[in-house]
Amino acid sequence: MSAAVASAPAAAHSGEGRIGLRGNLRHIGALVRRNALQIKQDPESMFDAVLMPIIFTLLFVYVFGGAVGGSLGGDRTVYVNYVIPGLMAMGGLNIAMSVGTGVNDDFNKGVMDRFRTMPIARSSVLIAKLIVESGRMMVSTIILLTVAFLIGFDLKTGPLELLAAIALALAFGASLTWIFMLLGLTLKTPQAVQGMGFLVIMPLQFGSSIFAPPGTMPGWLEAFTKYNPLSQLADAARALLNGEGAVAHPVMITLGWAIVITAVTAPLAVSKFRNKT
Amino acid sequence: MTRIEKNSGGGNAVEVRGLVKHFGDTRAVDGVDLDVKEGTVLGVLGPNGAGKTTLVRCLSTLLTPDAGTATVAGYDVVRQPRQLRRTIGLTGQYASVDEKLSGWENLYMIGRLLDLPRKDARRRADEMLERFSLTEAGKRAAHTYSGGMRRRLDLAASMIGQPSVLYLDEPTTGLDPRTRNEVWDEVKRMVAEGATVLLTTQYMEEAEQLASELTVIDRGKVIAEGRVNELKAKVGGRTLQIRPAEPGELHRMVGAIAQAGLDGIAGATADVEEGLVNVPIVSDEQLTAVIGLLGERGFAIAGIDTHLPSLDEVFLAITGQKTSTPADERDGQADNELQEVAV
Repeated sequence: MSAAVASAPAAAHSGEGRIGLRGNLRHIGALVRRNALQIKQDPESMFDAVLMPIIFTLLFVYVFGGAVGGSLGGDRTVYVNYVIPGLMAMGGLNIAMSVGTGVNDDFNKGVMDRFRTMPIARSSVLIAKLIVESGRMMVSTIILLTVAFLIGFDLKTGPLELLAAIALALAFGASLTWIFMLLGLTLKTPQAVQGMGFLVIMPLQFGSSIFAPPGTMPGWLEAFTKYNPLSQLADAARALLNGEGAVAHPVMITLGWAIVITAVTAPLAVSKFRNKT
Repeated sequence: MTRIEKNSGGGNAVEVRGLVKHFGDTRAVDGVDLDVKEGTVLGVLGPNGAGKTTLVRCLSTLLTPDAGTATVAGYDVVRQPRQLRRTIGLTGQYASVDEKLSGWENLYMIGRLLDLPRKDARRRADEMLERFSLTEAGKRAAHTYSGGMRRRLDLAASMIGQPSVLYLDEPTTGLDPRTRNEVWDEVKRMVAEGATVLLTTQYMEEAEQLASELTVIDRGKVIAEGRVNELKAKVGGRTLQIRPAEPGELHRMVGAIAQAGLDGIAGATADVEEGLVNVPIVSDEQLTAVIGLLGERGFAIAGIDTHLPSLDEVFLAITGQKTSTPADERDGQADNELQEVAV
């Protein structure tokens, strides 16, 4: 050990053991690298991010597109412009759900004990996960948009509006990721997380304006869709990409939801992680 | 920093006083006191469920104790967890490395998390792979490693930050004997280089191999402690083993010792399989007396040896009855056991 002692890291720190911002960023960077390497090692874990947008787009556009497009007063191409902003809203939800099961599996492993006995902020483990998942959402969104343009999606506004819609979907998706990290840390098995996730996701997904305009739904369901944050996100993205309808209102409500969800669930998730035995 | 200096003169690297941790009604750790002197290995010996892992988790800030105090390198486990985490390394019963990452990537990541600059982290990862004979496997994902390689990687990961105190929580549980020896060799090397180690184990042989001092715990309580040899001597004295030159004389030898009625010698037994006469003794005088007697009677002796009881025997002697007593009697029982050991 004699030669190696010279590189002992402890000397670089003040006695209080506080971790500065630079230290935090370095730790998060090392953990992001870990999560990214895991994906590289196990490329199948990207299937959901890559295949889901392709399958959902083709499925909805070609199965329901003609019928719903017709009732929208047009044809399938009208539906493409209706459903793509909706699918952008849904992508984050699907990725976030896979985080729940992944986190549950990952956090039951011995390596988490090592992280928790190391001089790093415990939130950095979760933040690194969030960053990598946001990257996966980004990939998923890019694939979705590529498919969309290939099958005739017509961007009626400009690239700035497109970027704004992507950013909004990512911000909301990131807040959902905190919910599922909390679930993953709270429930005992990945199966439980998945079951619970579906219970929450299915009504939110379909009881929204993502796939079809709520106008023809019964009154109680229409009311539900109105308060469903996914509808707000879908409406906001639709307004941004199609240039019709109010923009500011759904954007503000979506951002509000994202902030509230993050403010409530992020501290709970970190505290769960800190006290996990 | 000043505290560390204060400890460097052969003080205690770990001090635990009255530590209690319960889960619901179960008192997993029930008032444990122990010290680990700097540069030594303390073996914490106990059966499954004795509270060893809970103790280590309390000392590594993974659990908050319910009562009592514990300091590691002068830092309090409850009040100074951040400083404490800089001074410890933990190798658990289950390998705490990321199985999807390669050995090198695991070590590099730990180095970065310990604030080593990139270059140093890379160099250190290479060094540690080399040192733990993992250089060839360094690029492979850890899940392809054998059990022994994984433990070695785990040890390497714990050593990256040169911790002043290393916890080894059942480091060889579930390993085959050859692999176990590999891990022991590594631990011995780290100790020779001055590491302070708190080792938990349920294997007597392991404690005997690695530890200089022992704390025996059962049901969350310390039931015996001391140097390995002291503990053995307290429990059962020694056995004098005599090998007659003529194996046929085993029983005549036993008879001669029994008839002589030497002071304090209760009797002798013949171990026909090994060709040995076993005589329990408690003093050097008795040893001399027995050998003298056999010489007088004209027996030819090929070899003699004295043998301390194994830790298995020690452990049985201390805990034997206790493990079968109902839980509600255990407190009083534990005190009795301690007295017996002390006598």
